[in-house]
Amino acid sequence: MAAAVSIVDVVKNFGSLQALAGVSLEIAEGEFFGLLGPNGAGKTTLISSLAGLARPDSGSLKVLGHDVIKDFRQARRLLGMVPQELVFDPFFNVRETLQIQSGYFGIRKNDDWIDEILENLDLTSKANVNMRRLSGGMKRRVLVAQALVHKPPVIVLDEPTAGVDVELRQGLWQFVRRLNNEGHTIILTTHYLEEAEALCGRIALMKQGRVIALDTTANLMAAYPGASLEEVFVRTMNQ
Amino acid sequence: MIGFWTLFYKELLRFWKVAFQTVAAPVLTALLYLLIFGHVLEDHVLVHGVRYTSFLIPGLVMMQVLQNAFANSSSSLIQAKITGSIVFVLLPPIPYSAFFAAYVLAAMVRGLMVGVGVLLATLWFAELRVVAPLWILVFALLSGALFGALGMIAGIWVEKFDQLAAFQNFLIMPLTMLSGVFYSIYTLPTFWQRLSHYNPVFYMIDGFRYGFFGVSDVAPEFSLGVVFACFAVVTALTLNLLKRGWKLRT
Repeated sequence: MAAAVSIVDVVKNFGSLQALAGVSLEIAEGEFFGLLGPNGAGKTTLISSLAGLARPDSGSLKVLGHDVIKDFRQARRLLGMVPQELVFDPFFNVRETLQIQSGYFGIRKNDDWIDEILENLDLTSKANVNMRRLSGGMKRRVLVAQALVHKPPVIVLDEPTAGVDVELRQGLWQFVRRLNNEGHTIILTTHYLEEAEALCGRIALMKQGRVIALDTTANLMAAYPGASLEEVFVRTMNQ
Repeated sequence: MIGFWTLFYKELLRFWKVAFQTVAAPVLTALLYLLIFGHVLEDHVLVHGVRYTSFLIPGLVMMQVLQNAFANSSSSLIQAKITGSIVFVLLPPIPYSAFFAAYVLAAMVRGLMVGVGVLLATLWFAELRVVAPLWILVFALLSGALFGALGMIAGIWVEKFDQLAAFQNFLIMPLTMLSGVFYSIYTLPTFWQRLSHYNPVFYMIDGFRYGFFGVSDVAPEFSLGVVFACFAVVTALTLNLLKRGWKLRT
């Protein structure tokens, strides 16, 4: 069986800055995987490369066995991504936004699933509200909804709870957990390490474009008995 | 194909939701040009045996088709790039050819809507013949597509609104204004006449005008050839940029 995500020796430079210095890792189907690291570690570049938003200089990335460049159409169908920035199209309301996003993925009549996502993300009452009128937290929820419209088996969440209130975070994690229990592979980047500790079965720690630690959350924490993931993170980064 | 139709529909919806700005305003601008220039020159100028106001109308129609086709694709792309919402069309599995076709077709629709609007609004002020409707249609469609594609290149290339404004003000506006919208190039001094032959927009307007009056500065077949060649070059360039993800994918 193909891995949900397979990344082999990926290098990416932005001019003289080496964003990814030969990253390799494999994520199995159904995993809840954490990708952690300080700002500039290369997490977003890696995720962007996986989603086809960035083009690596060398190496290969596959989603469920489909190369993200050679077989990009199939790879992108299998991936849903929540971008880090709070982006939205100001011309449309929430339902239109989700219908349009469904269409981009080749799905025409998707209203039943859209309604379900809206309900799970507590957006039903905002379905006909223009995106400009939503609060930051609401916009973040719509971004999550957009990533899910085509029911992707692999979901990438790039700091989905940045600037989001506690109530929404809890609701969001409950929904994402449910998706994971249903078999979706989740890849999460976050600076909230307690969230990663609670949710992720396996974690990769990145620093300066490299993976410097990759193990189950339990094993990583076992290396420093009694320490929280935050302490493990700080000590690993300072090694 | 659903991806293409959705992107096309989204692009239509985008300008239609602000139709007052994207359709009505350019119609009004063209009408003002007609009223002012027509008022001043109607009794003094006859071009190819055609009264000035009638001569002016096809030029104004085509000018607005071109400028609005360009504005549609360029503003959509630059806005999406600046706000970051471009990711919504970059993440899905939409082939670059479908991406191109959707943006260009939507640009053509906006250009043609404005063009028809200008035509209908100006008909009150002058009599207009239609000698060869097929030429009118062919030049309107092809020129709209060419400027829609050109707008895509601008939208992909520039990174800020002021850069796009520079593209519009220093390239598109001079090309359209100095193309024979307001005059026949044979009324110009020899140097400017010759220079006008290097302006592709001249052929668009001249060929389009031929469809109305049956007279033109150059043969419409030649104009069509020039416009088609320009379209082929701009299309090839745009498709190449999209394929490489230039300035869209890092």
